[in-house]
Amino acid sequence: MTGIRMDERSATGVSGDTDTTDGAFTEAPLIYFSSVSDNTHRFVGKLGIESARMPLLTREPTLRATRPYVLVLPTYGGIAGERAVPRQVVKFLNNEQNRSLLRGVIGAGNTNFGETYCLAADIVAAKCAVPVLYKFEVMGTSEDVDRVINGLEEFWT
Amino acid sequence: MSEKLKLVDQVQAINWNRIQDDKDVEVWNRLVNNFWLPEKVPLSNDVQSWATLTPEEQQLTMRVFTGLTLLDTVQATVGAVSLIPDAITQHEEAVLTNIAFMESVHAKSYSSIFSTLASTKEIDEAFRWSTENVNLQKKAHIVTDYYRGDDPLKRKVASTLLESFLFYSGFYLPMYWSSRAKLTNTADLIRLIIRDEAVHGYYIGYKFQRALESATPERRQEIKDYTFELLFELYENEVQYTHDLYDGVGLAEDVKKFLHYNANKALMNLGYEAMFPSSVTDVNPAILSALSPNADENHDFFSGSGSSYVIGKAVNTEDEDWDF
Repeated sequence: MTGIRMDERSATGVSGDTDTTDGAFTEAPLIYFSSVSDNTHRFVGKLGIESARMPLLTREPTLRATRPYVLVLPTYGGIAGERAVPRQVVKFLNNEQNRSLLRGVIGAGNTNFGETYCLAADIVAAKCAVPVLYKFEVMGTSEDVDRVINGLEEFWT
Repeated sequence: MSEKLKLVDQVQAINWNRIQDDKDVEVWNRLVNNFWLPEKVPLSNDVQSWATLTPEEQQLTMRVFTGLTLLDTVQATVGAVSLIPDAITQHEEAVLTNIAFMESVHAKSYSSIFSTLASTKEIDEAFRWSTENVNLQKKAHIVTDYYRGDDPLKRKVASTLLESFLFYSGFYLPMYWSSRAKLTNTADLIRLIIRDEAVHGYYIGYKFQRALESATPERRQEIKDYTFELLFELYENEVQYTHDLYDGVGLAEDVKKFLHYNANKALMNLGYEAMFPSSVTDVNPAILSALSPNADENHDFFSGSGSSYVIGKAVNTEDEDWDF
């Protein structure tokens, strides 16, 4: 995923939006956001681990985590990293319970974006005081997939 | 390319308030936010650094940049334009015109570098080299032929491979100089180009994948075979081109790793699995960190001994949407 900023219109109404009462509960140990490009979605699919995808549109009710999980997210690009975290992920993390169950972050990106490579993962990790576990490019190579499968297995034990 | 332009009975005005594919708006906004001009980069600060390069290194640098100029010229006037008649939405057409224009900005920015650093004679010699180098001409011809062909999907493949793969034998060198604290302003400019190309490759690759969704399994197989065939053809030529350029300074093997690494990303932009194994994509860490300061080995927490337990760096990007 190359970190592209969402359409402004679908990003409206996020600010201060803590309304997650309608959101579906999930017990998945891996929660992710992927735009319609599906790059992050493909990577997660290759892991073969139970996972939950956040709704594509910010105006839809977000997920509600019920157990500790790892977050996988791409970086969107603004100027100097502004609005790097997808709005959908901001909305999801604005929910206190979701935030408290977050244990680690995996970033998707492309080094061709220079200093904003996987910036969203760094931002979320810093804000929530959890480690960045891994970074991969576009939809990940088979080596990335192996390392994350093994790494997560160890991480949870 | 006029023979491919569709003649329509009615011309429809583009309505940005009725969007068929949100990705068009998203990418348009991204490209507009990324807009830059070479005049904003203080290239003249590199004059002293340029003087520290040997004549051979200077000549290599000039040749690399004329090679990149040639590719950007193709992409601006043939490549991106040839994709417009295949566009599904009017907004996609608009994005492609933006891409075509930025490719012209890229092509022109190399001339800014040249006029800052080199003499007219050296510039003319480098341009003459670009028309005479067999492998450079061949790569431009291979891609141009596909742009002129009659298959919209193959055009998108050719374009994505150009944006995401063919530039990198050239992009290597300014990253190399930058890693040695040379021509750092030039490298800043090149990083802006790389960032643009990343969006272009991502977008055209995305449109390719959307178009492929409605294709028959046979057609999908045909396109996949074609993609790998074209990549191999371009790759073999790229290896030759790399040796032409870099053998004199002993960097060819290092450049080839960078080629493999980027070929993988070009394939992934098209939705295909990476092809080159990690044993040949282990790009020199100095090059990788010149490309992206965040791309260090510490990103693998899993394989760390525990001492590399890094909680994300504090970043000064506080967005108003956060509630905490």
